[in-house]
Amino acid sequence: MKSIFKAIAVAALGLAVFTAQGFAADTIKIGSAGVISGDLAPYGISALRGVEIAVDDINAAGGVLGKKLEVMPGDDVCKPEIAVNMATKLVSDGAQMIVGHICSGCTIAANKIYKDANIVVVSPSSTADPLTLSGDHPNFFRTIAYDGAQAKLMSSFVKNELKAKTVALVHDKGDYGKGQMELVQKEFEAMGGVEIVLFEGVTTGAVDFSAIVQKIKRSKAEVTLWGGYHSDASKIVQLLKKKRVKTTFFGGDGMYGDNFTNLAGKYSEGVYATGPNDTSNNPLHKELAVKHQKKYGEDPGTFFYNGYACVQALAAAAEKAGSIDYDKLRAAMFDTKIDSPLGPIGFDDRGDVIGAGFSVYKVIDGKYTQVN
Amino acid sequence: MRWINILLGLAVAGILGFYGIRELLADPVYFLELFLGGLVRGSIYALIALGYTMVYGIIQLINFAHGEIYMIGAMTALIVASVLGLWGWHSAVIAILAVVFAVVYSCAYGFTVEKIAYKPLRTAPRLSALISAIGMSLFLQNYVMLAQTPEFQPFESLIPDFAFWEPYAHIITSVELAIIITTVVVMILLGMLIKFTKIGKAMRATAQDKIMSSLVGINVNNVISTTFVVGSATAAIGGVLIACHVGQINFFIGFLAGLKAFIAAVLGGIGSVPGAVLGSLVLGISESFFTGYFWSEYEDVFAFTILVIILIFRPSGILGKHETQKV
Amino acid sequence: MVTKKEIKQSVVIAFWFMLLTFPIMVIKVNTIKNEVIFRWQALFWTGVGTFFASLIWNYFLRLKESKKRADIKDDVPTVHRLLNTPQFRTPFLLAVGVFFLAYPFVFPMYHTSIMISALVYVMLGLGLNIVVGLAGLLDLGYVAFYAVGAYAYALLNLHFGISFWVVLPIAAVLGAICGTLLGYPVLRLRGDYLAIVTLGFGEIIRIVLENWSEFSKGPRGIPDIPPPGLFGIELGQHATVIYIYFIVIALVLTTIFFVNRLENSRIGRAWIALRDDEIACQAMGIDKFKTKLTAFALGATWASLGGVVFAAKTSYINPMSFTIWESITILCVVVIGGMGSAIGVIAGALVLILLPEYLRAVAEYRMLVFGALQVIVMVFRPDGLIKSVRKTYKFERAEK
Repeated sequence: MKSIFKAIAVAALGLAVFTAQGFAADTIKIGSAGVISGDLAPYGISALRGVEIAVDDINAAGGVLGKKLEVMPGDDVCKPEIAVNMATKLVSDGAQMIVGHICSGCTIAANKIYKDANIVVVSPSSTADPLTLSGDHPNFFRTIAYDGAQAKLMSSFVKNELKAKTVALVHDKGDYGKGQMELVQKEFEAMGGVEIVLFEGVTTGAVDFSAIVQKIKRSKAEVTLWGGYHSDASKIVQLLKKKRVKTTFFGGDGMYGDNFTNLAGKYSEGVYATGPNDTSNNPLHKELAVKHQKKYGEDPGTFFYNGYACVQALAAAAEKAGSIDYDKLRAAMFDTKIDSPLGPIGFDDRGDVIGAGFSVYKVIDGKYTQVN
Repeated sequence: MRWINILLGLAVAGILGFYGIRELLADPVYFLELFLGGLVRGSIYALIALGYTMVYGIIQLINFAHGEIYMIGAMTALIVASVLGLWGWHSAVIAILAVVFAVVYSCAYGFTVEKIAYKPLRTAPRLSALISAIGMSLFLQNYVMLAQTPEFQPFESLIPDFAFWEPYAHIITSVELAIIITTVVVMILLGMLIKFTKIGKAMRATAQDKIMSSLVGINVNNVISTTFVVGSATAAIGGVLIACHVGQINFFIGFLAGLKAFIAAVLGGIGSVPGAVLGSLVLGISESFFTGYFWSEYEDVFAFTILVIILIFRPSGILGKHETQKV
Repeated sequence: MVTKKEIKQSVVIAFWFMLLTFPIMVIKVNTIKNEVIFRWQALFWTGVGTFFASLIWNYFLRLKESKKRADIKDDVPTVHRLLNTPQFRTPFLLAVGVFFLAYPFVFPMYHTSIMISALVYVMLGLGLNIVVGLAGLLDLGYVAFYAVGAYAYALLNLHFGISFWVVLPIAAVLGAICGTLLGYPVLRLRGDYLAIVTLGFGEIIRIVLENWSEFSKGPRGIPDIPPPGLFGIELGQHATVIYIYFIVIALVLTTIFFVNRLENSRIGRAWIALRDDEIACQAMGIDKFKTKLTAFALGATWASLGGVVFAAKTSYINPMSFTIWESITILCVVVIGGMGSAIGVIAGALVLILLPEYLRAVAEYRMLVFGALQVIVMVFRPDGLIKSVRKTYKFERAEK
């Protein structure tokens, strides 16, 4: 009996703590929702760090509209149902702007909550087409180009520059990978002149990919396009090289970056990938890399700069609108032009980013080098 | 019922055989490549399945944490190899030491996990031990993730690409060859251990009846610990070889590999050492052929279908003993 | 209280752990930059931590042992004992009732939202409890039926615009059919062979949903699933959440009612008999096949209903939500709560689903703590938090 009373007391105390959070000081709260645990954690953590550093920078410069910014991180483990709970939590805790989510599926699921609560959402990494193209998400913006743009670039490069006649499309059956390959398939079908000899999905994280590699070999595809992330890509690339399959490997932004070249080592030579425009010469970009190194002791992850740009855009729009009221803020977002680490960017009338596009890279001497 | 089953079985075998021979004749090189690929894949499963099956045989526990022991083995090897590499040791010495450390540490982890999470549950309902194992698996994954890194790390192969093997390397790489050979060796050694040594005898006795064996003077706790240690050692060897094969490692690799290996062990008849290897090979080769000739998307569906079909005909797996239930 | 021997033992254990965790805790390698960092302070803290942990661990282990010997006879959980005393029962139920009624109005939307998730798991747990707890059939593919329900609502709504309330009974029937379909081929299998085949079934459903894009929209999922309707009244976000909350409460109550009745019915007793001894059970004239099939079918029904609610609440589903981990979580709910005990399962679901949400305070250590807690609960309460009580009849000698 005693223990029950104790439990009730503890519960009441806990709730008191939770409700007390609602009445915090005079700050603007930015919810940073994304995946920060589990196997996709590196992606979410990189973006979250971008948000944190951006908030530090803006606060150091005096904040927005005279108020300081405050980050509220949230973890959705890349699962839509948890993302919805997370979104509800952020909204009830008083988030006024959202940066996130990381996975497109989560963003789609959670945006229903944000839309109803009249909150502007800027995602650093959700690339699914429907988010901006369907028109169902008026409050949504992103600092990364959408999948369709990338698919167009990939397919035209394969046809015009690599002059391939046959291609194999391989994906990891996931939301991002399969979606991208389906878009590429559509592009090829629309262009004509390139034959798709293979369209296959593999199990991500599998210990052995030799069967699919043999299949690619048999299909005699000149180019193998990969939709998925870098770890599986590295396994397939290694096997392709070891089994001496003559095909050019070409992936999307999921395998662009140093982590792929490090992982695949010498086998990565000659691999193509599309990735965000190279902005490493941008002064802000350089400065942020140093800051990140100082604060976290390592180099920035994949979506670090996109995360930073999200906060920049929100802050700039709020200053411009003179308020963080939904309608004004949203309207101001369209006119906002910022000097981000991704270069000067803005947003088009669908909420897609202008100025941060994709380029094609090739691994030469162990480093991705721009080729188009 | 029985006749229908046999007829169905024959029909399936007939169709598969017909297709198989047709494809073999049509493109023998491709067929053999797929077969070889399947053999490698099967051996990979087998290396993990062996530990699974040993532990299961003795305490009837699905040791969910086995995949994590395998991951820790590979992780230890990576750490040892990198440290020694930086100190500039000879690569052959590094390879040997890395494997030795991986085995020793995996054994220690296996031993400790058993003492913490399974031993207190010896008399509890079997499902409780299963949940405890799941909890342990979750704990170990996150422990490694937090202490090391969530990112994938490259794993430099400890087995070099020998120059003399180069002409054949596109057929089968030296690592793949090592995997197949190791599987066979480990299977034979384990078989001998169980069949001919004193501790093996004690293991068999404990597997049959724990109370009875303790009455005839077997220290059941020690036997179970030994089984965990031996099982973990095979997992560590598997971990190192497989990490060499795929060239990368992170904290999550154990889960998926463990799941597949468990399926393979059940397929072969869980508790039986040759069964685990046979089950793994059947699984690996059939997956490889299915991907090669049909759609790789449905590879796992096919694997499970094979499992269901085999279990319908032999409810205790291919080599499992059919136990008559006692009243 | 703590003897010298115990301290000595704990010191040994602490050293063992320091040795054990040395490579992973102390050395951090970066193979990309070829650096090695030694974190010696981690070694120290591991030693200190394990020393105290082992003291506490051993203390409780001994406590458990001595308790086991002391009251082996009178082993009824406190909750059950309390619920059987009428003075307590009525006010307790009343309090619980008031609490759940007032809940969505008192607490912010987020808490209501996660409470819905937890209550859906109560339904799933109670359903799986029929299969695992009562009938003793280990089912690792339970999530498949959950997926059936969720996709049934999403697809029927997408293509035919069928509303939540119509789908609910359809999904229940679909779930039952799928349960029977799975149950049929695996009737002969026992124990872990059954577990692995059901696991396979769960994975097959997920893989098909993932790859058969024409049917299920593939990994991109189905967005914009409408919430349940209320006579055509448009509800705001907050009102919808509260509305769904009460629907779930109603469904959970129905589930509890049904499960309770089932447990004490002819079929319920047949399940328990089947779990305890298959052969003896058959000898008593119970049709094994029929009994097992009903267990699968009824278990699946609840999962399917849970799936419908899940889809309506999340408004977006994709195959990622129906992985093997989900099955494992539901199984954990049942086992940690207490197999076969309805109250236990409810407690298990609330603890297991709400705990990770509140553990967000320890953010990245969340899953670590969660895993450790699973082990701890099982070691110290192997029968679950609230274990089931068998119906017993006592014959007392009539006094003359």
